[in-house]
This record gives sequence, C-alpha cells and structure tokens, in this order.
Amino acid sequence: MTREEVRQVVLRALRDVAPEVELTGLKPQTRLREELDLDSMDFLNFAIALHEALGIEISETDYPRMATLDGCIDYLATRLRI
Amino acid sequence: MGDFVMPILGADMEAGTLVEWRKQPGDPVQRGEIVAEVETDKGLIEVEIFQTGVLEKIFVHPGEKVPVGTVLASIREEGAAAQPAAAATLVVRPRAALGEAPRSAPAPPPVLPPGRVTPPPPPPGAQGQRLRVSPAARRLATELAIDLTLVRGSGPSGAILREDVDRVAAECSRTVAAAAPPLGAEATWKPIGGEERIERQKRMRQAIGAAMARSKREIPHYYVATTIDMQRAVSWLAEQNLKRPLPDRMLYGIVLIKAVALALRELPELNSVWLEGVALQRPSVNVGVAIALREGGLVAPALHDADRQPIDALWRQFRDLVQRARSGRLRSSELADSTITITSLGERGVELVFPIIYPPQVAIVGFGKLVERPWSVGGAVVSRPLVNATLAADHRVTDGHRGSLFLAAVDRLLQEPERL
Repeated sequence: MTREEVRQVVLRALRDVAPEVELTGLKPQTRLREELDLDSMDFLNFAIALHEALGIEISETDYPRMATLDGCIDYLATRLRI
Repeated sequence: MGDFVMPILGADMEAGTLVEWRKQPGDPVQRGEIVAEVETDKGLIEVEIFQTGVLEKIFVHPGEKVPVGTVLASIREEGAAAQPAAAATLVVRPRAALGEAPRSAPAPPPVLPPGRVTPPPPPPGAQGQRLRVSPAARRLATELAIDLTLVRGSGPSGAILREDVDRVAAECSRTVAAAAPPLGAEATWKPIGGEERIERQKRMRQAIGAAMARSKREIPHYYVATTIDMQRAVSWLAEQNLKRPLPDRMLYGIVLIKAVALALRELPELNSVWLEGVALQRPSVNVGVAIALREGGLVAPALHDADRQPIDALWRQFRDLVQRARSGRLRSSELADSTITITSLGERGVELVFPIIYPPQVAIVGFGKLVERPWSVGGAVVSRPLVNATLAADHRVTDGHRGSLFLAAVDRLLQEPERL
C-alpha cells in the first residue's frame, strides 16, 4: 500500500463520519476535530473505519498523533511499515 | 380487534405519509416490533406496534398521507377469531392536546378503501365513537391524558373501566408520552439535498422553538450544580478500553448516563412526566440523550431501562442510537418514551450548561466538558479531570433540596465506576 492509498482510506473514513463536509479543500495540517466539527463519537467511528479498512488496532493513547490529515497518514504509514 | 394508527410524534405533527409496510396481512406481530415506516414533516420514523397478534388488514398504502390517529391497519389480537373484513370500520381518531392550526399546507384527506365510511374527526377532547367507556374511566383518562383508544377494556362487551385506565397509567404507557411532544420527533431526517433540507431545518427550528417556549412559559425551573472529580471514572474507563477491541471502546459519556440512571432510583420523583397538573412517576428509567445533528438541530432519543442494563449493553445501544439519529432511522418509541434528558456539550464545548427541561419531563441533566483543573485532595492541591454537572428541574415536582441530593448521588456513583 502506498501513502496515497492510505490518504484515500483516511478521506473515505472522514466522509463516512462527516458526509456533508467538502473534503477537497482540507488542508493537511488543519486539526480535523475542529475543522470538521467531529465529536468524540465521530472520532471513534473514524478510528473504527480505519481499523476495518486497514486491519490495525489503534490505541486510544495514539489519538493525539492522528489530529491532522498528515498526522493520520504518517501514523498509519508507520503502523503499516510503509 | 385492535387498530394500528398513525402515531403522534410531536405536538405539531398533523399527518404522516406511510412509506413502507414491514409486515403484510396474515403476518404475526409482536408488541414492540417495527411494523411500518412513516415519513413525517420532520423525518422518517420506524413505527412500532403495542399489541401482539396478527396483522389482519391494511387500510393505508405506501405513498398515502393521512392525519394522525388514522387507522393504518387492523390487528387481530391473540386468541381472537378472524373478523369478516366488512365488519371493520375506518375511524379517524381525535388527536390529544392539539389545539394549533397546521402551519404548513393542510394534509390531504385520507385516501380510503372503496366502500368505507369516514366519520368527520371529532373535536379535540371528544372520544372515538366505537369506544365503550365508563364515566369514571373517561374522567381519569382525561386527567391523565391517556388516549382511551389504546386502553383494552375488561368490562362487559369490552367496556373500558377505571381500573383499565389505572393499569395503563401504571404501566408507564407509551400512550401518555405520545400525548405530549416527544423531544426530537421533529429532528430526524435522511440526508437530502438543497431546498428540502433548508425547509426541514426551518421546521426543526420551529419545533424546537415551540417546545422550548412552552417549557419556559409553563415550567418553573430551578437549577443546582456541582463539580465532580472524574479521576476514578476516567482511569477505570481507560483501563477497560485497553482490554477492548476498537468498536467496544467506551466514551466517558456512558458512565455519566449510567450514573444518572442509577441516581434516579434514589430520587425517583425526578423520573416523572407532568401531565394535566399531575406528576406521574415513571417505573422505567428511559434516558433521553441529546444528540447534535451534523446539519444542525438536535434529537434526544431514549435509551430504554438505562438503570437496568449492564454498561456494555448500554454502550452498544448508545452507539447504535447516535448512528441512527444521524442517519435518520429512529423508532417511534425512542422518540416518545424519554423520562429524563441528558445533555453533554462534549469535550470541545463549554464547562457549564444551563439546560431547559423538555416537556412533559420534569428534569434535565447537563454536563460540561471534562477539564483538568486544580483540586484539593486530603489537604494537597492536585490536578484532576473535573466535570460540572447541572440539574434543571421542575419546581412543581421537586425542590432544590431533592435536586441537590440527586447530583450528590450522581457524584457518589461516579466515584465507584466499577459498580456502574
């Protein structure tokens, strides 16, 4: 899997939890929770969607590393050894 | 013979469109089962049935819009003989407590199967023509705002007696809640585009506004608040979550919900509904949870029997409820059954909330966000995760003393999270 594929998985998972948000203009460094108005349940569902798509366990203590789009991709790429 | 009618899911609901039958004539139906889907002005609702028997005949077909109270289908109750179809009569039932004229275009008249007669709808407060009701039962039902059409009579020829009404009142009947506007009936929808969405949002704001204005006008609120040390609850939750796969991980909101539900057992008068000048204590603790919808507005469907469910089961139900609230798939009972509401503005919100009671409930609990703050423990100042809990309650039913005991009980329960 490439970084770009991981990025697509992340965007798809975000679209699932925030279907009404336009994601094309999402800046890589913006904090997702604030930008997309995700509450804790949305974020959990986002993590579950990533878990289901990529088959990795994501620990609660790793959530801070997933605060931005770039952060998510970096974190998941590390976990997937890309 | 029983009737399955178009339910009232909000004080301003005049009519609904039958979208789909989940059961067909001849199918057995169980109390609590979803029988049909109905589109109201405000959303798609799965409608449950409150009788057990066999769906005998369908009178309203998908696509038809009919006023609330219209008989959608007849139900042959368990043990009863099959009715010849000609004996059934379509009756438009009176709507309870609906005085307002429709704000939107009036609903078209019900489309009737050929050969059936529709008597004009009786004025509000009058009773359906077919009912045999003793005067005492009628008086009590009026007092308690119980819809007599949903009471099964035990008297001669099925006449409804006072004790039948008493029984229904004691059963925490869904009927009672249906007579009042359930929080959130106005607030679910399927994702739709453009103008229709704007129109729905407008109607939702109107419905929320109407309910809140009624609350502010009629309910003498009092408020009490306390700060709760969440250290134990948060640590316990983190420990639990370490052992769990992602989908089973709980958010701290669930311990707040469970603590509120258990505290209501100690102060059951807060778990009441106010109807026609009387507070009726409810035997079940159905906690309405306010869920913000992504496109604006909110809905507060009920977690049934929250005090009796193990926290794992309650968590799964809560997740499911949030998901369905946001995708517009709530059930009629979830919108009509809440006996108290919890509002929590999440981790990114404010520290203190002053909630407004949702009538006919008599209390609402608010939680601010969880914050790390200095806290004194055993003479030393330490940093602790704290949450501010607020209770707004109806002064006609309780006083600040009972309200403060309630918040103290919530605090105490949260100090022993493993027992929740």
